[in-house]
Amino acid sequence: MLQQAFNGLVGGAFYALLALGLSVIFGMLGVVNLAHGAFYMLGAFGAFIALDAFGLNFWIALLLVPPLLGVAGIVLERLFIRRLTPLDPLYNFLFTFGLALILQDLVKREYGVSSQPYPRPQELDGTVDLGLFTYPAYQVFVLAVSVLMCVAVWLVLTRTRVGMIVRAATERPELTRGLGIDVGRWVTPVFGFGIALAAFAGVLAAPMRAVNPLMGADLIITVFAVVVIGGLGSVFGSVAAGFAVGLVSALGNLYVPALSQILVFILMAVVLLWRPAGLFGREEAFR
Amino acid sequence: MLRVDRLSAWYGEAQALREVSMRVDEGEIVTLVGRNGAGKTTLLRCLMGLHGTYGRTTGTVSLFDEDISGLAPHRRARHGLGFVPDDRGVYATLSVEENLLLPPVTKGGQEPWPLKRVYETFPPLRERRRFPGTKLSGGEQQMLALARVLRTGARLLLCDEPTEGLSPLIVQQIGEILREVKAAGVTVLLVEQNVHFAATVADRHYLLAEGRIVESLDNDQVREREHELLEYLGI
Repeated sequence: MLQQAFNGLVGGAFYALLALGLSVIFGMLGVVNLAHGAFYMLGAFGAFIALDAFGLNFWIALLLVPPLLGVAGIVLERLFIRRLTPLDPLYNFLFTFGLALILQDLVKREYGVSSQPYPRPQELDGTVDLGLFTYPAYQVFVLAVSVLMCVAVWLVLTRTRVGMIVRAATERPELTRGLGIDVGRWVTPVFGFGIALAAFAGVLAAPMRAVNPLMGADLIITVFAVVVIGGLGSVFGSVAAGFAVGLVSALGNLYVPALSQILVFILMAVVLLWRPAGLFGREEAFR
Repeated sequence: MLRVDRLSAWYGEAQALREVSMRVDEGEIVTLVGRNGAGKTTLLRCLMGLHGTYGRTTGTVSLFDEDISGLAPHRRARHGLGFVPDDRGVYATLSVEENLLLPPVTKGGQEPWPLKRVYETFPPLRERRRFPGTKLSGGEQQMLALARVLRTGARLLLCDEPTEGLSPLIVQQIGEILREVKAAGVTVLLVEQNVHFAATVADRHYLLAEGRIVESLDNDQVREREHELLEYLGI
């Protein structure tokens, strides 16, 4: 059971990284980025292509792919999303949804739907003795790196001026502009950063998950549930809910396998009935 | 100092302001009085440049003879406009001190208040500087919202119903703060339903009805007609 709980936390790490990016983007831009899963998938394929075509190993991919896709996100925000934001939110909904389908199909055209092999980095090929059980070293690494990343983002958000501006703009974008802060200037880098986080999760996923064009689409639905459970726009909430949902679905798999597919959504429904704004959400998030 | 010339604003097809023209001179406290829905808040938001997302506007707003109608809200703030919204606009995700430090200091404005002076003037804010902004009481939040603008050195304060929902004692405190603000050389445009309060702090008053300025009143006129005005405002 402990081992299964650990599996859950590792799975939760991916939810947390994706939900973190989604949440910051939603808070700052008011955009529900339906292409977030596609960028996770592109992150994994980026790692695969880097190895396959250029012979670049996992570590280089982990450093290189997220910033590259982050820049792609910045271009995307500048060219399209920015123009659609003043219109009905549905336009960005449709745009990011369409983009996700296009990206998936482009990758599908090139690589087909079957999963691509991606080896674990040699350094992390073994297992680690965690006292009560042994566990694959790579999974331990994924969990550690994700936690570190979430903590780093948390520190930036809570301890720096940039973080203060992001928090303020997430909570009350208009007022923040009225107080003399050029919110628009921060929107683009925040979007790029959210995309880079998704790509980072994608690269991390490559050695342990099936690398195929639909890997993002499969995951992102759960991630949306995570964001809702954590509270829309709440950064802390989405990270906490990410790990919690990972844990719950892993334990659910063990004890009530019949419900494993829908357990997350039952959890979401219960949380929403109990706290309509999500666990860490505030009513303001709805305005 | 502030000149508004034939300002109109719409929410989609519905017109909320109809050719509003008014001015506020340096050192004055001027109130906008009117019923709910008369357009008071819309007017303040237009002055701050925050109406753009709701609908179109026409007319001009100038500050110190400079047309600021086309400027983005953050630029207007840097020109010396300080904004206190009707819900006080205190951030829950920021501590009291962060709430104070968030807005950048304006250039060439009034002398900005250093944090030390803010804390000396408003001791409760110092005591709770590590608390989330919204853990303060209503009166303290209003204090915070006003102090926040003073710290930027804003020259003209746009203040939307600072007394709404506060107890008489706190309202009195807010009045004192506003007088202090005025003494510090800051000009104030105040939205206010409480005409009695308005007459005690302000120099002049504009009566707004259905998006138009229908009357300009001084304090004596407000006192004489207090009952009539209260009845009109439906309070």
